Amino acid sequence: MTDNHAALLTVDDVAKSYGARKALDRVSLTISEGEFVALLGPNGAGKSTLFQLLSGLFVADGGAISICGHDIRRAPVKALARIGIVFQQATLDLDLSVERNLMFHARLHGLGGADARRRVAAELDAQGLAERRRDRVRDLSGGNRRKVELARAMVHEPRVLLMDEATVGLDPGSRATLLDQVHGLCAARGVGVLWASHLVDEAERADRVVLLHQGRVRAEGTPAELVAGAGVDNLGQAFAQLTEGGGRRPPENSNPNR
Amino acid sequence: MTPVHGLRVLVAVAGREVEKFVHQGGRFFSALVRPLLWLVVFAAGFQNVFGVSIIPPYETYIPYQVYIAPGLLGMILLFNGMQSSLAMVYDREMGMMRLLLTAPVPRWYLLLSKLVAGTVLSVLQAIAFLVIAWLLGVELPLEGMLLVLPALVLAGMMLGALGLVLSVHVKQLENFAGTMNFVIFPMFFISPALYPLWKLQESGAEWLHQAARFNPFSHAVELVRFAMYGQFQATSFLVVVVCLSMFFAIAVIGYDPQRGMLRKTGRGA
Repeated sequence: MTDNHAALLTVDDVAKSYGARKALDRVSLTISEGEFVALLGPNGAGKSTLFQLLSGLFVADGGAISICGHDIRRAPVKALARIGIVFQQATLDLDLSVERNLMFHARLHGLGGADARRRVAAELDAQGLAERRRDRVRDLSGGNRRKVELARAMVHEPRVLLMDEATVGLDPGSRATLLDQVHGLCAARGVGVLWASHLVDEAERADRVVLLHQGRVRAEGTPAELVAGAGVDNLGQAFAQLTEGGGRRPPENSNPNR
Repeated sequence: MTPVHGLRVLVAVAGREVEKFVHQGGRFFSALVRPLLWLVVFAAGFQNVFGVSIIPPYETYIPYQVYIAPGLLGMILLFNGMQSSLAMVYDREMGMMRLLLTAPVPRWYLLLSKLVAGTVLSVLQAIAFLVIAWLLGVELPLEGMLLVLPALVLAGMMLGALGLVLSVHVKQLENFAGTMNFVIFPMFFISPALYPLWKLQESGAEWLHQAARFNPFSHAVELVRFAMYGQFQATSFLVVVVCLSMFFAIAVIGYDPQRGMLRKTGRGA
């Protein structure tokens, strides 16, 4: 299979349990080229578990995950080469410089020499961090650390970008900047983005919203479709309605738990 | 993964370990102080207590300092192997482990790169110790300085692989003290590092003697000891190779998302 699929990421009927507890129950979603999909859900909805499956840290009990046509279970190396990840928890080496962190990542992805340096310089430039490339990560603010992580995730030019609660701990300004940058990546480079968050306002500009609650997809559609389907005034109210009391029946206009 | 990609991963992982080691100047110093204290202070004090008779590979009576030098090389490799384990646990707590485990590289190769990186650091410290010991007047065969290198690499890799196994199970940095008490000290003391094993037998501690015979660290020390005199200890070589393969396989399974401990516990990498 090639990378020219309309759907860059396909999650099909995925299930995952920890002992008797079902963390994910028959979850399905797709992401196409240049699409920004918000994975919205309250704490404990199963977002992090889904990200762990998407990034190959864990393996699903059932169902299939395909990235650019490569099954994450059967061909993890090919699948992982096509995704960039910004984790909820910081994953930078604080003792290395900004540039060294990115070079380390570039080499893990097989980039070397002038090619790696060129890609690292380009991504740092895109994030406005070129001047600080020699600074130790430990000396950066929280907002700049996130920028470094975004730059790092893009160094190997992935087709899919996974953002796991990436704005946690950021001030409102940094949060808005990060969101703008990721929307920009969708538009300018055609990257498919899965943006996990429990903050409704971060999903308002999404092309589609997948609402996850208690391990199941409760609703899926554009923000307008979800609002209309719930018969409320805004996405926040729709989110509250769909996630209260274990989740109600999905609105008819949205695409519930396919 | 292409060979070039593999080489770049190895350079990245080893380079990071070396860079961190260089930045932590005190680590090199403290790694050498420990065995040097044993060599200079302990060996001087116990020179007459632990009389060593002529046993292979020695062909004549030797000063006690000469006897414990291979054991202290083993001590350096052992502590560094556990240090690698500590670094893995630290990487897990700091989140770096996630980055490593989501790289498009087979897990076994990633762990092998870690192992090679740790072994390089271990062997460099062992060589530094040998040079200092020689400067202090410990009469070690000069040709042995070169001949011992392959043995140091092999023993370092086995102890590093043991560290990888422990890193699967040690969940927090705080638990590392337990590793010291239950792994490092028993392995070191129940071995021929400080005294020949017949001494244990002679003193009636038969069970300790048997435990030492089955201790992989004992064979690592003997492999190094014989190599220093240009001799090949086949049994120790075999034990070290088998233990290295076994520890590495267990570590690979432990880090496998489909079969390992991480899957069973449900905790993040």
